[in-house]
Amino acid sequence: MKYALLIYDDEQTYATMDEAAMREVYAAHEAYGQALTEAGVLRGGSELQPSHTATSLRFANGKPSLHDGPFAETREQLGGFYLIEVDTLDQALAWAEKMPAMHNGTVEVRPLGMSAD
Amino acid sequence: MVLGRLLETVLRAEGAALRAGLVRLGGDLDAAEDALQEAALRALQRWPVDGIPDRPAAWLNTVARRWLIDRHRRGREQPLSADLAATLTDERPAPAQWLQQQQDQSGAVGDDRLRLLFQVCHPALAAEASMALALKVIGGLSTREIARAFLLSDASAAQRIVRAKQKIRQAAIPFELPTTDVLPARLERVRQVIYLIFNEGYAATEHAELIRPDLCREAIRLASLLRELLPADAEGLGLLALLELTDARRLARVSDAGELLTLEQQDRSLWDRPQIARGEAALQRALQLRRPGPYQLQAAIAALHAEAQRPQDTDWRQILALYRRLLQWQPGPVVELNAAVALGMAEGPAAGLAWLDQLDASGLLEGYHLLPAARAALQARLGQINAARDSYAAALALARQPAEQAFLRARQAELEVGGT
Repeated sequence: MKYALLIYDDEQTYATMDEAAMREVYAAHEAYGQALTEAGVLRGGSELQPSHTATSLRFANGKPSLHDGPFAETREQLGGFYLIEVDTLDQALAWAEKMPAMHNGTVEVRPLGMSAD
Repeated sequence: MVLGRLLETVLRAEGAALRAGLVRLGGDLDAAEDALQEAALRALQRWPVDGIPDRPAAWLNTVARRWLIDRHRRGREQPLSADLAATLTDERPAPAQWLQQQQDQSGAVGDDRLRLLFQVCHPALAAEASMALALKVIGGLSTREIARAFLLSDASAAQRIVRAKQKIRQAAIPFELPTTDVLPARLERVRQVIYLIFNEGYAATEHAELIRPDLCREAIRLASLLRELLPADAEGLGLLALLELTDARRLARVSDAGELLTLEQQDRSLWDRPQIARGEAALQRALQLRRPGPYQLQAAIAALHAEAQRPQDTDWRQILALYRRLLQWQPGPVVELNAAVALGMAEGPAAGLAWLDQLDASGLLEGYHLLPAARAALQARLGQINAARDSYAAALALARQPAEQAFLRARQAELEVGGT
């Protein structure tokens, strides 16, 4: 079963972070990715650029219009994701719990569609 | 008719075990449900002809399994779960050590009912979803009964159950025993779901909704199952004890006129003594395990009330001590309110009022009608009739349920009669 671990976090905390702290976050994610790889469960993932770089196409009656910004302007934004493949939700939750550099954000654990198998 | 009744009884008693075994075989709650339904239909056809089998549950199990395997062979349905292979090789993850120790006592770790209980009470499901699903697949209630129990339409109840089953399947909520690291939280969730089912039923008696199926009894059945499966879970036993002891007072709780009665006012001869004895026995066993927790503390408080022949015999000092310990486990303003009332009973109304003042100043119970109601009762005992009258008025302004309002008005009226 494949799951997306979607990381929602306050972008402000990253925007105001000094370089040393930033390095620590990256190192932590690198170690986390390494652990996922060693466990043989990593299937993909990436960090995302800040939400202000997003462009959204909103469809109304089939017609798209372009908007500057993410789907929803909320304080917590999707900042990155991992794709993993494990047997059960419990295993996915156990990995999600170990997500590095999380203080107040949310990790959403979402199973991928059946066609992803 | 008689046959239908027999079948119903067998399904009620054994349904959880049958479904759990079928989930293991078929990997899916829906498939298990279908198979069991098919077996029940077959029974209604065959039993009148062939006679009732010696072991009806085993008969149903065989037929349901065969049906599940046939359907799998026809290949139209989902493949049998990987569990089938696991059953043969038994390479499933080792259950938590504590669970393993339980095996010596009950042999229940091999029991698929426990896996089913953990699955339907998984914290990834909303509590309402778990409540409905537990009643359905473990309690054996019909969707219609569940709808009536939660005051939902049949369609909403069905949807709640279908959604929960879908999430179990699509998110792969496991049919497994939790690992050591998550076990305490998972076990607490199971207890919580059972407790919430009980509360739903208990609250219903306040609104004279007598047609609602007896959720209190269903919750006690589930808690009894938990005791059967995990006899060394002290808090599980504490939960069972709490439910039995609370339920034992149910008949006495509402007057003939439908008003709520305080413990003081209740006719204690209506308390169900055998049920109290069952609750106390469960509590005794729990306490022997020496792993205290909030359910056991609440059960102990309920037991002290149950033991008092008359209200004035109540051991308020011990109750106060238990509330103080409960506060350490579960700090919160509502527990504190109860503790303050107990203090008022144990050491006099003035002491209780002082604690209530503190609680009031904290603002944590703003808008909660039981705070001014408790204050009023203590003020009345101090002879402060005017203050008590004002406090009851404040409580009445906050109370929403008609039964609560009627209760407060009755207390207020007593003030005018008995006010000396």
